[in-house]
Amino acid sequence: MRKQLCDALIERSARPDMVFLTGDLGFMALEPLQAAMGERFINAGVAEQNMISVSAAMARQSLDVWVYSIAPFVYARPFEQIRNDIGFHNLPVKLIGNGGGYGYGVMGATHHAIDDYGALLTLPNLRAFIPVFDEDVAAVVQVAGDCGAPAYLRMGRGEPPSDFEVPAYAPWRHLLEGGGPVVIAVGPLAGTYIAALRALDPAVRPSLWAVAELPLAHAPIPEALLAQIGSADRLCIAEEHVEQGGFASMLLLDLARRGLAPPRFTHLCARSHTFERYGSQAFLRARSGLDPAALLAALELA
Amino acid sequence: MRSSAELGPDGLRSARKRLVQMHYESGVGHLGGNLSALDALLLVFHEFLGPDDKFILSKGHSAGALYTALWSCGRLTDDDLKTFHKDDTLLSGHPPASGLADVLFATGSLGHGLSLAAGTALALRLKSQTGRVVCMTSDGEWQEGSTWEALIFACHHRLETLTILVDHNDLQGFGSTSDVASMSPLWTRLQGFELQVEVIDGHDLAQIRSALAAPQTGPRLIALRTIKGRGLQDVEGRMESHYLPLDATGYTQAMHNLDSQ
Repeated sequence: MRKQLCDALIERSARPDMVFLTGDLGFMALEPLQAAMGERFINAGVAEQNMISVSAAMARQSLDVWVYSIAPFVYARPFEQIRNDIGFHNLPVKLIGNGGGYGYGVMGATHHAIDDYGALLTLPNLRAFIPVFDEDVAAVVQVAGDCGAPAYLRMGRGEPPSDFEVPAYAPWRHLLEGGGPVVIAVGPLAGTYIAALRALDPAVRPSLWAVAELPLAHAPIPEALLAQIGSADRLCIAEEHVEQGGFASMLLLDLARRGLAPPRFTHLCARSHTFERYGSQAFLRARSGLDPAALLAALELA
Repeated sequence: MRSSAELGPDGLRSARKRLVQMHYESGVGHLGGNLSALDALLLVFHEFLGPDDKFILSKGHSAGALYTALWSCGRLTDDDLKTFHKDDTLLSGHPPASGLADVLFATGSLGHGLSLAAGTALALRLKSQTGRVVCMTSDGEWQEGSTWEALIFACHHRLETLTILVDHNDLQGFGSTSDVASMSPLWTRLQGFELQVEVIDGHDLAQIRSALAAPQTGPRLIALRTIKGRGLQDVEGRMESHYLPLDATGYTQAMHNLDSQ
């Protein structure tokens, strides 16, 4: 999504009030943005705590501020700066984290971000955007940029089948019809399931939904999805995030308040921060039981 | 905020007494770091800051001194100060996130303020707006790595509107700054940075006035050699002044001493 991100930010940089800060990352990707923005593109160096507080101060002076790093570095090290300096003051800084989830797979545990949106959404005023497809990025930059609140953009890699027609961006999208269980996947993970589910008989095929915005207070569950959850015999949530603080907890709390309780529930999530062996994002998804084969097995559809 | 009258001994004495009274009536300690910072804060608010200028108190535990300075300039009322640290107050023990126009950020966790000040200064430059930025830190706060990140950033960007005041009172939460981290005096650690450094007596108004009036070509740091608990003779320079509130006897004695200074 970095190419799409760079293009979208270049378009936004026509605004004279926009400022972009990077924590010394973006080589071979963000140079066009740097060229377009001149002095308003700031490499803040390897100093994430300072970068976040600087961004808050700039937003306090009414600048349109975007901060970039790889996902684990943009939220974990400067967590207190995000809370105190951005969140307490509801300053509309946008935090872009590249390679969310196990995106930097073989780079190791320090480079993974599987507790990011859960941690950030405990903070006041924070919102999270998790684009599902590469085609979402331009819309996400616009929606997040204009939401008037601090936001975290968890960037990844869209992985739909090449013949899949990506629907226009929306916080919630129904990707596949089916008469089986309801599956809701967070972000790009949804795209990885399309091929496997599409091959199933429509009568047993899961109804696949993708969610791209959190918390639910700002992206309410669609009525059509609520109706499906109410009639399905099983609900499955898949997310590249640890169980604690994840989307599943948010959704089930929302459903409980509505008096909706799925008869059976399955949660696929990031199982571990550390592994004995490392590999690609796909490898670690498989180790966590998040790959399409694991989904089919969990739903007894293999 | 700048007033036409120069801050003099009477104004200083009055503010010190009001600060001590406020802390006593609220049963609040932390007097030492407030009294060490108060003189410079008063002068900055009375004589230095104009309508376009910004101030950030990085050492948020000196909120009492900040509120007193704002009161001294007519930005807070006596009734406001009477609510300090009490239920339903705007004046919390550390500067609040909202409600006070002169407070840009909630501070209290050390190591944030200098970055906030640097970001403010750079934002004003990018917007081609005038305005100077003053940030007061403690000396112990320079043990926070983020403060050094901010200094590197401020120097790299040559933020010529940024003034850093360091309340160098030599005492921190559980010992002297020398004993805890071998960093004192701070100014010896700043060599090599492209930073104007001046070391002055932080209780001498003439020296503070002169340091602030000096020409500035880049970021500058004014180390204020101060005394924790300044004006309270029984606790001056002692750890007790960091935490402990005054009892009735101590308060009466303190006010008497301040009257005679």
